[in-house]
Amino acid sequence: MSAATPEISLRPGGRLRRRLIVNRCMEAIGTAAALLAVAALGLVIVSVGVRGAPALSWHFLTTPPSLFGGAGGISSAIVGSLLIVGVATALALPLGVLTAIYLTEFASRRVAAAIQLVLDVMNGLPTIVTGIFVYGLIVIGSHQKAYAGALALAIVMLPVVARSAQEVLLLVPATLREAGLALGVSRWRTVLGVILPTTWSGIITGTVIAAARAAGETAPLLFTTSIFNPALSTDVTKALPNIPVLIFTYSEQPDKVLHEQAWAAAFVLMLFILAASLLARGVLARSQRRLRP
Amino acid sequence: MNAVLRSPHVSAVSETTQLGASRRRIADRIGDLGLRGLTLIAALVSVAVLGAIVYKVFHLAHPAFSRFGLGFIADRTWDPVHKTFGALPFIYGTVVASLIALLIATPLAIAIALYLSELAPKGFRGVIASLVELLAAIPSVVLGLWGILVLGPFLAQHLEPWLHDNVGFIPIFGAPESTGSGLFAAGLILSIMIVPIIASICRELFLAVPRELEEGALALGTTRWEMVRGVTLPATRSGIAAAVILGLGRALGEAIAVTQVIGSGTHITRNIFGPSDTLASKIAASYQGADLLEQSSLLYLAALLLVIGLVTNLIAQIVVRVFDPLKGAAA
Repeated sequence: MSAATPEISLRPGGRLRRRLIVNRCMEAIGTAAALLAVAALGLVIVSVGVRGAPALSWHFLTTPPSLFGGAGGISSAIVGSLLIVGVATALALPLGVLTAIYLTEFASRRVAAAIQLVLDVMNGLPTIVTGIFVYGLIVIGSHQKAYAGALALAIVMLPVVARSAQEVLLLVPATLREAGLALGVSRWRTVLGVILPTTWSGIITGTVIAAARAAGETAPLLFTTSIFNPALSTDVTKALPNIPVLIFTYSEQPDKVLHEQAWAAAFVLMLFILAASLLARGVLARSQRRLRP
Repeated sequence: MNAVLRSPHVSAVSETTQLGASRRRIADRIGDLGLRGLTLIAALVSVAVLGAIVYKVFHLAHPAFSRFGLGFIADRTWDPVHKTFGALPFIYGTVVASLIALLIATPLAIAIALYLSELAPKGFRGVIASLVELLAAIPSVVLGLWGILVLGPFLAQHLEPWLHDNVGFIPIFGAPESTGSGLFAAGLILSIMIVPIIASICRELFLAVPRELEEGALALGTTRWEMVRGVTLPATRSGIAAAVILGLGRALGEAIAVTQVIGSGTHITRNIFGPSDTLASKIAASYQGADLLEQSSLLYLAALLLVIGLVTNLIAQIVVRVFDPLKGAAA
């Protein structure tokens, strides 16, 4: 008995072994895929950083683009982009939030579902079609205008703002609503005085994310505010230069200097978008901690 | 709950003066109606925008439609000199570029989502997930810039010649372009754009699969992969389909990045390394400097793109809403 060696091996053999190997392979594939996505992100960001950062200077940020190529800057494009995105946000934010309030506070289930479907479909529409729509509405037969671009961006932002506002409104505990009503506070005072204030940070997060996305949108601006006009201006009734269209136009030119400028402008745009998304994420994390005790 | 919410006047009992109470009641009535009306108008405006887009774009496409009719869709020549225009080359380009993007992005995105929901170490998950989402935050114009100036030369010098030499007997891997611009580059760029979309939806789906089901499988002695194949994936099949269709919708409609890397061409070619154009990229690239007839033909392309975009998004949303097996479990 003492000399007997165990007959059963504890190492997996045969079928089990194959199953474990398959499992390992699949886990490795999953990990590799995640690494690949992160690597792609890293590659793009590093490329933009390496090529864009050296061309960045105070001069670049404070000079308008030069008329005949060569070393200009992007000051007027920064101003134009800020104005266009600002006007777009000013249009989309109230409309989106009011729509969200209607969806969560007033609409019947069926109506809400229908409006949500429309918003979701709108969110997936090709943005160039939105650009064409505004072009046909305002620009055709007239001339390009910065506010036309802002309107197109507002349409792109609207579903994002509305859906994210709706999500935060739905997070508000029903007890808050009921408490307001039980105290005899009317519906509209409850909505404006109790419910909305708890959701501001969430709504701002959604809006910042939508604005960051809109800041990089080129297609809606292509037909509405893309005429080359490098001068620094704040007149939204004329075409204003803006960062995305500038990057697009420069990238299509076979000119090394313009490519450098496009990289630098892309760097500025990416910095803005990254900062905005990080900020929004931080605000969101805080507000979610507050809403879900 | 609604019954409780719709009787806001219970409190009037505690009011001491009858006059003050009724005045407040009137104010509240007006306030309630006002807010309800205001929000209703906002919601209707949001809905009306979609209707207006459809109406306006079709209206803009009308001149070309009345001239070329539906035959436009099947016509394969686009020749501004001889004034004949057809959409087929661009429909072909759209389909092929999107197909390349989906073939690359779908398995990759599902694998990423599985890694994030099942495999990744707890503290690591959030970081990787937000990095993948940051990928979606890169503007398409920046991705396109990278596509022309970094990815294109790499493809032209390394990947495409290699594929042509080694698997060139398959006719789609034809002779590479010297710039690297073409359908293949467009497909690659599009896949980078849609991976985060598909991955983040799939990740949420996988996380919503009831824990008991997955643990039940593990308790029966399955490996993790067998659990994924037997429980997680079947339970989320329709959601994955919807995610893929949403990604497809994005790929079909992307104009800017594709314009930058597809190289522009008006012929149908078998060679995926050859230059081409999608519906969206053709509109973006050619509108300026086109004469009236070409412009309206481009607007016809836009109408086609709108129809395709509406249909794919509608299908995706309906799939999400109707075939959601987790709806009961997650609620």
